[in-house]
Amino acid sequence: MDDVSLPKVRLPEPAPEPSPGGAGAGEALLRTEGLSLWYGSARALHNITLGIPPHRVTAFIGPSGCGKSTLLRCFNRLNDLIDHVRIEGRVAIAGHDLYGPGVDAIELRKRVGMVFQKSNPFPKSIYENIAYALRLHGLRERRRLDEVVEQSLRGAALWDEVKDRLHRSALGLSGGQQQRLCIARAIAIQPDILLMDEPASALDPIATARIEDLILELKQRFTIVIVTHNMQQAARISDYTAFFYLGELIEFDTTRRVFTNPSQQQTEDYVTGRFG
Amino acid sequence: MTLHGRWEVGGGSRRGAAWSVLFTGATGLATALILAMLAVILVNVAWHGWPALSWRFVTAGTEADMFEVGKAGVFPMIFGTTARVILMTLFVIPVGVTTAIYLHEYAHTTSVLTRVIRTAVANLAGVPSIVFGLFGLGFFIHFLGDRLDLVLHPDNPKPIWGKPALLWASLTLAVMTLPVVIVATEEALRGLSPGLREASLALGATKLQTIWQIVLPNALPGILTGGILAVSRAAGEVAPLLFTGAAYYMAELPRSLTDQFMDLGYHVFVLSTQSPNLEQTRPILYGTVLVLLLLTFALNATAILVRARMRRRQRAAG
Repeated sequence: MDDVSLPKVRLPEPAPEPSPGGAGAGEALLRTEGLSLWYGSARALHNITLGIPPHRVTAFIGPSGCGKSTLLRCFNRLNDLIDHVRIEGRVAIAGHDLYGPGVDAIELRKRVGMVFQKSNPFPKSIYENIAYALRLHGLRERRRLDEVVEQSLRGAALWDEVKDRLHRSALGLSGGQQQRLCIARAIAIQPDILLMDEPASALDPIATARIEDLILELKQRFTIVIVTHNMQQAARISDYTAFFYLGELIEFDTTRRVFTNPSQQQTEDYVTGRFG
Repeated sequence: MTLHGRWEVGGGSRRGAAWSVLFTGATGLATALILAMLAVILVNVAWHGWPALSWRFVTAGTEADMFEVGKAGVFPMIFGTTARVILMTLFVIPVGVTTAIYLHEYAHTTSVLTRVIRTAVANLAGVPSIVFGLFGLGFFIHFLGDRLDLVLHPDNPKPIWGKPALLWASLTLAVMTLPVVIVATEEALRGLSPGLREASLALGATKLQTIWQIVLPNALPGILTGGILAVSRAAGEVAPLLFTGAAYYMAELPRSLTDQFMDLGYHVFVLSTQSPNLEQTRPILYGTVLVLLLLTFALNATAILVRARMRRRQRAAG
């Protein structure tokens, strides 16, 4: 993938293995400071401060309505599309304020990819689903398109299953394949950060396992933030875990600590299944 | 009612069954009545119109005689009606689709402007077609046309733009059918999964790219449905053409957008009110009505076929 010449921001070197206690302090790629968000007059996020380290999987957990998806959508400014959203505080990638003056949300989204809860392939062919993303970024040459489409599908562990039907409709794929196609589409344009909003919640256990394996593979190349309802999933695949409750960040630490020795009672109650 | 009584439903159900039979019968009768009316119209027109149909009838004009069997033809009217319907479609689809995109993709749903536009569209749909004819005369011919003449041909005493014409009739019909296209397109846009738009935007597409490359291609069958409805409504309309372009008689086919034209629907009116001998003209009248019906069906069938092909292609791949 390294020979693909698409516009790209150089990343800091991967962080060392998660150090207990300090959740990526100092080396964070993505950082929020005092971030609050309102939908109209309803406050969805309260003063969130956290740093997401590069080349790690960070899981956002918490009961429904705790603001974890909302926070995720601040990272690629997808909340901009909703009327009456107001944001206070700072979100920065590698020190650059995402909401600063002169920041182009379109450019930002080319560097922060997203995979959604409900797989949403375009009603086009498998090939065109990925080629669409590449053409948006100015890649038009047929041979290069073919190459990157193959690389992306391989990267999403889908190539072997679809290589003989690239030009058939993506809607003919199974749910798990569709979701992996969406991942292929997202990584095709080589973002730095990959946001995943409950990417496996609509899939069966086998398809879920494949997505989880894929996520572990992808973290070599991308910084991944994943929202999940599935506690076991967070424990299996993430290096760091943030627990949210009612729009507040209750605890953020290495996944091992959050699940074995959380510092907050609420976190312990949630991860042990006493509420939520 | 005792505990057991609740389950003794036999007594009441007989009356219920009677009502049910009566109601089923009434709805069936109503449906049969509609089918019967349609059948009477179609059979009557086909029965009396068929003998009048001939190659000569559909290819000849009215130069020889407008009201005499064997001499009169309806080709200029077929040409005029087809031309005005196609022109109307060219005007109404872009404007209607653009409006629907604005309403659904750009406008804030709660804004005053959006509500005003929606109310206007709804009211436009309820305006009688003769009023559209008067609007076309007042706005297109006298307001626009007269000014065009002043600017483009200040020395020419005869109006070129400021008179009834194919262009003005088509535009009037386009205004009339605008609500149909707007509503159908909005419906199609609403039917698309919001996930598609998010997927495209999250890849770094602009809103315009998303609408142009993802939203519109997928909404196309719905947009075509709007076009079909507009064609159906416009093809048989006569009232909007009375002041805006339809001619009683023309020796030649219209050669430019500023020419008048003969029209099937208007010709039916002419034949049934202006003939010196109605008995003699009747076969032509029936023939003309049959041709009008067939042309309307043909225009609709074409649009439906195009839509079906598009759906198949979309399902097959992109």
